[in-house]
Amino acid sequence: MTTVISVPPSLDEHSMEQLFDQLAPVPEGTKLLLDARHVRWASPYGLTALLCVAQSRPDRLGFAVPEAAETVSYWARTGFFRHAADWFELHGQVPRTRDAHESDVLLEITPITKSDDVHAVVGRIQQKAADILHGQLNLDTAVTGAFGMTLSEACQNIVEHAGLGGWVGVQTYNYARRLGRRVVVIAVCDAGVGFRRSLESAPGHRRSDRWDDAMALEDAVLRAVSRFRHGDAGRGQGLAGIRRFVGRWSGKLSVRSGTARLAITPPWDEDVPMTEGLAAFPGAQMQIVIPERLEGEAPVRQRGASAGASRGRAPR
Amino acid sequence: MTIPAAMHIDIGHVLRGTVCDLYSNLVTRPTGVAVRTAIERQVREADGPVVTTIDFSQVQLLDFSCADEIVAKLLLLVQREDTPVGYLTFRGLQDGHLDPIETVLERHALALVSWHEGEAELFGAVTDNERRCWEAVRLHGPATASQLARHLERSVATLEEELAHLVQRRLVMEREARFSVPGAVGESGPRPTPLA
Repeated sequence: MTTVISVPPSLDEHSMEQLFDQLAPVPEGTKLLLDARHVRWASPYGLTALLCVAQSRPDRLGFAVPEAAETVSYWARTGFFRHAADWFELHGQVPRTRDAHESDVLLEITPITKSDDVHAVVGRIQQKAADILHGQLNLDTAVTGAFGMTLSEACQNIVEHAGLGGWVGVQTYNYARRLGRRVVVIAVCDAGVGFRRSLESAPGHRRSDRWDDAMALEDAVLRAVSRFRHGDAGRGQGLAGIRRFVGRWSGKLSVRSGTARLAITPPWDEDVPMTEGLAAFPGAQMQIVIPERLEGEAPVRQRGASAGASRGRAPR
Repeated sequence: MTIPAAMHIDIGHVLRGTVCDLYSNLVTRPTGVAVRTAIERQVREADGPVVTTIDFSQVQLLDFSCADEIVAKLLLLVQREDTPVGYLTFRGLQDGHLDPIETVLERHALALVSWHEGEAELFGAVTDNERRCWEAVRLHGPATASQLARHLERSVATLEEELAHLVQRRLVMEREARFSVPGAVGESGPRPTPLA
């Protein structure tokens, strides 16, 4: 017998939970079909997380592709089907794979398994990122370098901590419902060991009574704790850097791992800082959203970003 | 103290020579380790004290991992007592490099001297007094502690203490009781003789 999991019509970081809720109680070895026929839209988070669903199960899952031609065409442009074909048994009409010429796909869904993949992703995105972030989203030119750095650190989390590969996707779209502006979105998802198990593997790690996925997320994202910190004080700065980047550009960062989800939320979003008791799902799923800057808006300056006490370069 | 020689290391060249000749971004920790190891080898092979300038001009992107592996760990290396006295300066740092660099400097309580358009700059974890003292050295050096004390209107004893601390942190060089910023070329400063 096949268990059918319905994919929500609009698939983003919140509605993806409906899919995880359906998936969690299904024992391994059960024949599964993800039914995406009625899906009309999916964020990069939704698409990369779908691939992780396949990665999380030992058996090959069935996947019924969306029926809407526009949806299926867009998913093809993001590169989704190219990877989905390796992980799912696809049912339905899949258009021939084309290169993503559309400017809204900043980076097609790309697998990350090793450091060279991170170099390739950062190198590939640089010029296009400059055009879009500065040209279309009206962000300061300084954002391009910081964006590449953020992408690099987010992808390195997969290489260093996941224990198996994951996927990254970057695109821009009009975030009309929540914000009424264009945004650029980075999604980096894997179905690996997750934050809690990664930190538990650190030498000398001590579990406290309330040690769980939520505390592991707080340690990693808010307190820059890394499993490599033992003997190397320089580790754990990647996520702290991502958090700072997001804060500086009024963006949003959300990270889900295990049964918890942490969100660093700007004023334009109403997400809760920590959600616990979610359906268990392996690995880590991260989303970074940076909104378009409107005329007259200045980036939020933090720390030594202006000529603070530690900065030596004087204004010229 | 003998006059330190000068060594110039183009980090973009090291990156392409050690990791991949197609790369121009300093990203990922393994890349940082490979580049730092290559630089360490050059620094250790130098005969006597050297002012090593790490040139970032050819680097487009630097992430936190590489800033930590290269900048922070090289600074920690030159500060170690078992390393022959040497100085590390930087040039070609663009605004995009500064955020990851300042982050790792603060994390390790380090500071560095960078040269930008012919002028020395100080980045990282320094106290207000250390910065004032260093700026006086930049402005008036090579100068003695008494000369600097006069400029800053402070006691010689206090200033000598601060200068000793800056020398220990390799942010200031002392030669024949005169203090200057590493990499400064003056009458009594180091004579640059490129080794690499």
